[in-house]
Amino acid sequence: MAKKFPIGAHLAITLAWIVISLYMIFLYAPQELTMGEVQRIFYIHFSLAMTALFAYGFVFVGSIGYLWKRSKATDDFAFACAEVGFVFCCGVLVTGPLWAKPVWGIWWTWDARLTSTFILWLLYIAYLMLRAYVTNPGRTESLSAVVGTLGFITSIVDYMAIRWWRTQHPQPVIGGGPSSGLDPRMWATVFVTWGAFLCLFFYLVRVRIGIARVRREVSRLRQQWA
Amino acid sequence: MRAVWTIFVKDLRVEWRTRETAVSMVVFGILVIFLFNFSFNTGREETLRMLPGLLWIAFAFAGVLGFNRSFAAERENGCLEAVTLAPIDPGSIFVGKLLANLVFLGFAEAVMVFVAALWYNFSFVPALGAFAAITFLGTLGYAALGTIFGAVAANTRMREVMLPALQFPVAFWILVLASDACSDALRGADWKVVWGGIERVAGVSLVFTVASFLLFEYVLEE
Repeated sequence: MAKKFPIGAHLAITLAWIVISLYMIFLYAPQELTMGEVQRIFYIHFSLAMTALFAYGFVFVGSIGYLWKRSKATDDFAFACAEVGFVFCCGVLVTGPLWAKPVWGIWWTWDARLTSTFILWLLYIAYLMLRAYVTNPGRTESLSAVVGTLGFITSIVDYMAIRWWRTQHPQPVIGGGPSSGLDPRMWATVFVTWGAFLCLFFYLVRVRIGIARVRREVSRLRQQWA
Repeated sequence: MRAVWTIFVKDLRVEWRTRETAVSMVVFGILVIFLFNFSFNTGREETLRMLPGLLWIAFAFAGVLGFNRSFAAERENGCLEAVTLAPIDPGSIFVGKLLANLVFLGFAEAVMVFVAALWYNFSFVPALGAFAAITFLGTLGYAALGTIFGAVAANTRMREVMLPALQFPVAFWILVLASDACSDALRGADWKVVWGGIERVAGVSLVFTVASFLLFEYVLEE
């Protein structure tokens, strides 16, 4: 992949794409009627959230791939996706309250989507903590693959359970999320911004995988010369 | 099947001789209930409304305490290597361990419920069947996750922190749905509502039990 699509070109495309999406967010997309300018954070918030959610799916793919094929590459991929996904998930939890305060009047509520995002954040922490704390280095890959798989199952259970739970405890939720009545220009902005974030995500994942490879090479050389 | 039984009986025997796990779970659970009573200082009505949630928090904390012991004890004496070397299926080790954990946690839960009934003057008898069914199903899923995560955490530094960090986010829905369903049952809600709660707890618990069973072999390998 590195030959077909050099990482420098990837970075250049990412930067250009981010500039385009910034233009679309602030100048192209029309102003929202009730929420006003503050609604523009939605494009970033939504893109971060979707990317963070997909990232745990990639962690799952990498984890299952490792348990199946036992290749370092799949483990590197899972770990890189978890680390970058965690950063994106933190972004969701920061941009969310910033938007909620002026629009809902509160920083936080235990609404379905907020709860499941918070659980996702905890799942990222569990995965990353485990990777840092395993005592026997040779066991890190399969243990974290197990946790990555169970974490992904949790996020699916989450998706279903939150509906049962919510039907039991109906609570009013105001606005938020991409409602069906979006202006076509808003839709375009949503997708362009999300694309930019996905591109950024994969750029960071590639950089992170590169670091993992270098690290492994260094420890191999160290053992060789020790 | 014999391997499951052997591991299960071995864990019970160790427990009977040391009396460490179940006793510490009971003591810890009672302490949680005791502290809760004084940190909130609620009236009778509010307490009864909070009781199912309180019980499940106590179950959850006591459980984590026990699951940590379950594999840490094996590791300390190098028993885990011997168990993994034995020509038995990793699934049997999982089921044997899970059954032992279920017995310990179930015992601790029974004592906690008894104590809570005494202290809060609350009778569990009218809804005992539904309450027991929900608690059993919820405990099954919770203990299954605790068994696999206990084995994972035994491989880490700071396992006392690692186990709750793994267990609570993943077991979140078991705890929420179980305490919700218990609340409905104890409140004397309509049978259909209670049954719906039992179904949901059973579904989520089953998903996690099966997943833990299937993934367990990857935790054991050396």
